[in-house]
Amino acid sequence: MPRSVPVTVTVNGSTHEREVEPRTLLVHFLREELDLTGVHIGCESTLCGACTVHLNGRAVKSCTVLAVQADGQEVTTIEGLAPDADNLHPLQVGFWEKHGLQCGYCTPGMIMAAKQLLDDNPSPTDEEIREAIDGNICRCTGYQQIVDAVQHAAEAAGAA
Amino acid sequence: MVTFRPNSVGKAIKRREDPRLIRGLGTYTDDVKLPGMTYAAFVRSDFPAGAIRSIDTAAAADHAGVVAVYTYADMDGQVGPSPVGAEMPGMGKADHPLLADGRVLHVGQPVAVVVAETPYAARDATGLVEVDIEPREAVVDVEAAMAPDAPRVYEELDSNICIQVPVPNPEADKLFEQADQTLSMRLLNQRVAPFPMEGRAICAHWEEGPGKLTIWTSNQAPHFVKQQIAMCLRIPEIRIRAIAPEVGGGFGAKIPTYPEDPLLCWVSRKLRRPVKWSETRTENLLGMTHGRGHVEKIEVAFQNDGRVLALKGQTISELGAWRSFYGPFIALSTHTMSCGCYDIKAVAWETFAVYTNTMATEAYRGAGRPEAAYIIERVMDEVAAATGLDPVGVRRRNFVDKDAFPHTTASGAVYDSGDYEKTLDRMIELVGYDDAREAQRQARDDGRLVGIGVAAFTEVCGIGPSGGTAPHQRMGTWESATVRVEPSGNVTVYTGVSPHGQGQETAFAQMAADAFGVGIDDVVVVHGDTDQVQHGVGTFGSRGIAVGGAALHMALTKVHAKATRIAAHHLDAPVDQIDYEDGEFTVSGTDRKLTFRQVAEMAHLWNVAVPGEEPGLEAVARFEPPGTTFPFGAHLCQVEVDPESGQIEIQRYVAVDDFGVVINPMLADGQRIGGVVQGIGQAMWEEVQYDDGGQLLSGTLMDYAVPRAKHFPRMVLDNTVTPTDVNPLGAKGIGELGTIGSTPCVVNAIVDALRPLGITNIDMPAKPERVWQAIQAAASAQ
Repeated sequence: MPRSVPVTVTVNGSTHEREVEPRTLLVHFLREELDLTGVHIGCESTLCGACTVHLNGRAVKSCTVLAVQADGQEVTTIEGLAPDADNLHPLQVGFWEKHGLQCGYCTPGMIMAAKQLLDDNPSPTDEEIREAIDGNICRCTGYQQIVDAVQHAAEAAGAA
Repeated sequence: MVTFRPNSVGKAIKRREDPRLIRGLGTYTDDVKLPGMTYAAFVRSDFPAGAIRSIDTAAAADHAGVVAVYTYADMDGQVGPSPVGAEMPGMGKADHPLLADGRVLHVGQPVAVVVAETPYAARDATGLVEVDIEPREAVVDVEAAMAPDAPRVYEELDSNICIQVPVPNPEADKLFEQADQTLSMRLLNQRVAPFPMEGRAICAHWEEGPGKLTIWTSNQAPHFVKQQIAMCLRIPEIRIRAIAPEVGGGFGAKIPTYPEDPLLCWVSRKLRRPVKWSETRTENLLGMTHGRGHVEKIEVAFQNDGRVLALKGQTISELGAWRSFYGPFIALSTHTMSCGCYDIKAVAWETFAVYTNTMATEAYRGAGRPEAAYIIERVMDEVAAATGLDPVGVRRRNFVDKDAFPHTTASGAVYDSGDYEKTLDRMIELVGYDDAREAQRQARDDGRLVGIGVAAFTEVCGIGPSGGTAPHQRMGTWESATVRVEPSGNVTVYTGVSPHGQGQETAFAQMAADAFGVGIDDVVVVHGDTDQVQHGVGTFGSRGIAVGGAALHMALTKVHAKATRIAAHHLDAPVDQIDYEDGEFTVSGTDRKLTFRQVAEMAHLWNVAVPGEEPGLEAVARFEPPGTTFPFGAHLCQVEVDPESGQIEIQRYVAVDDFGVVINPMLADGQRIGGVVQGIGQAMWEEVQYDDGGQLLSGTLMDYAVPRAKHFPRMVLDNTVTPTDVNPLGAKGIGELGTIGSTPCVVNAIVDALRPLGITNIDMPAKPERVWQAIQAAASAQ
């Protein structure tokens, strides 16, 4: 069998130690080793954004990050965004309120990409939102309600 | 008929689906984990046509972690051919095996399957399978494939033409002789990739003890999966459970049961272990059915006042290398819908569906109707240009009158209801059409290429009735619903439709809540599991509400009637003196009453038996639609073309649609905007391309352009309401309408922008290169 290397990754606040093949992609590590199946695979080529997670607070596409590159780092996935159903992140509330999802497959990545935007720019214009999620494909919604969802979250955060 | 008080129906209720999906807690097929799981990967043909000389699997079988490698030889005689769809008289027999049986017919066809302990090991070992193929000449271009001497996809057939259906019409010939003018066009509806964000995924699990097969598959019609696998593997359907869990989009391409579905079931039974497979995006672009792929020729006879008298059309549809579930029907439905919303006296048509050495085509969001709408809406603009009339005026002149419904078109479609003027008027008002045209004139004076495109279209929804499909596809197109009331009065709805983003868990909960006066949170909607939902058909053809919702309405009505009878007995009053409102049964003119929840408990406790009734409160209903529905719309798009680059900016998009009665306007808007964007994707960017030799050129997201957020302005939506009487809800269906209207609308806008240069057509996709070349050619011609 291929040789394994140890990795230690803090995911959603918990530290996990695993032995993985060096070629293991972060998305497979999260899905297969840690059962974080909210991280989805859409293209395996950094182009669709379904696998977007945060690595040390910045959005990355986990299909083109190796698990070993996350060694010693902190990862946040969609599962780590809200502690429970009663304390949703404003972006999760926005997507729910504004019908920002249909099949839901792109949604975790879309929310994590939008989180990066709002972390950097708490009051974006519609155009800035469209630019920020340009690396994330949604085939269902036509994006308009996603823009509304992100605006809803921005307004809620601004009011808080 | 009972009319339930609409406390929540008609309102923009937030989705019940979302709390799990926004937290990453939905279970898609690839998320299923079972003890002892194995993982499959496929060896696929690199050649579009050829004979397999040999397959050597020894090295792959020896690879670390590999459990088994199978080819056709391993399963010959144990399984039937691949499930294919439409079988119609006159079609040659063309079986499609689960794995290539000595020959390959398209690039991407599965040749061998590797099963391993990990996905990585399975994929590694596919590279060790040696497949020796003697290539032969492929036929790729659909028109070339029709030639008598063209290489044949199936050597055993006389021709690549699978069906040829001429519908001549002497009346059309006569009108062509009488008409003031005629024109002809050749229109291409290019192949596109459905590209759901979740590709195909399958997890098959044979349990030897109970003799039970469970398949999780990312599919729109799990009951049909169950039936197809039963036929293919010769396992009684009573031992098969098909589950479509969360499904990450389908758009028609997940209606069919693919060869990989029964194949992996066979593998699981052979290994007595579960096996899972999720396709890569490249496999998805190679091996998921494509949409469209039509070449159309159209001749039009019309008067100088803009009235269109007759059409003569020809559809050439690419089937690809095998007959998909709906393929030939899609080709035929373009003729059926050729009149659009216009009163055209006569139509002659000829339809061809033709095999080529490419992936099969199948239903894709609209399936035959977008092609028809594209033709007639492009025609209306060219008639306007030829007569010097405004495109809106030409459409008005030809509309079917609102008092003429039901209306039978010259191509044989029976339209249920319509009021095309009303929808168009609202769109014109919303846009400020005259001002928009004036602004366009000023822009043109400044040398800018600004275009305004209009589409006024209708389409067919709510598929059924069963007579249209059952004889050819071994499947009726009714729908089922079961309503089960618990002793508490909480309600479970089991529906035969299989939503994958449409939101029926919410819309159906709204209907059930209104029927019984319970809260939406007191209703659970179950779908996509053949062991829970006894019978059903699926979600496609914009039928979720119009057919599935109608079945639910029937079941709710049955349960309500029984609850009323039980209440009457307990209240010691005749049934016809029981009033019902908002969850309370009252004896008319008295204060004697029972709540729905009290009745539900009485129905289960049964300590007081109700004569003539069984205990419990549950009903099953099946709705067979008496006809189809015909939603319609009027769209407008404004674009500006950059003459230096050919780049097109969409500046404005307005859509006014009419899809009858609306259950949840927020969900309807989502379907509409998503559909419009998908249609614009075809108009402007998307194109599945094969080279002349049959190799796929658009096999990754680097090569296939899916619409992205920054391509679009904010869209403006409104709707009018013209109910249908085809179902008890008055709802027409919404899923495909946006795609059908937007494609011709955008192309009309682009051509309108370029018309001052003498350009009268741009083939889709109107990518910058193509537009720029058209501008250059027009300039050098002048």
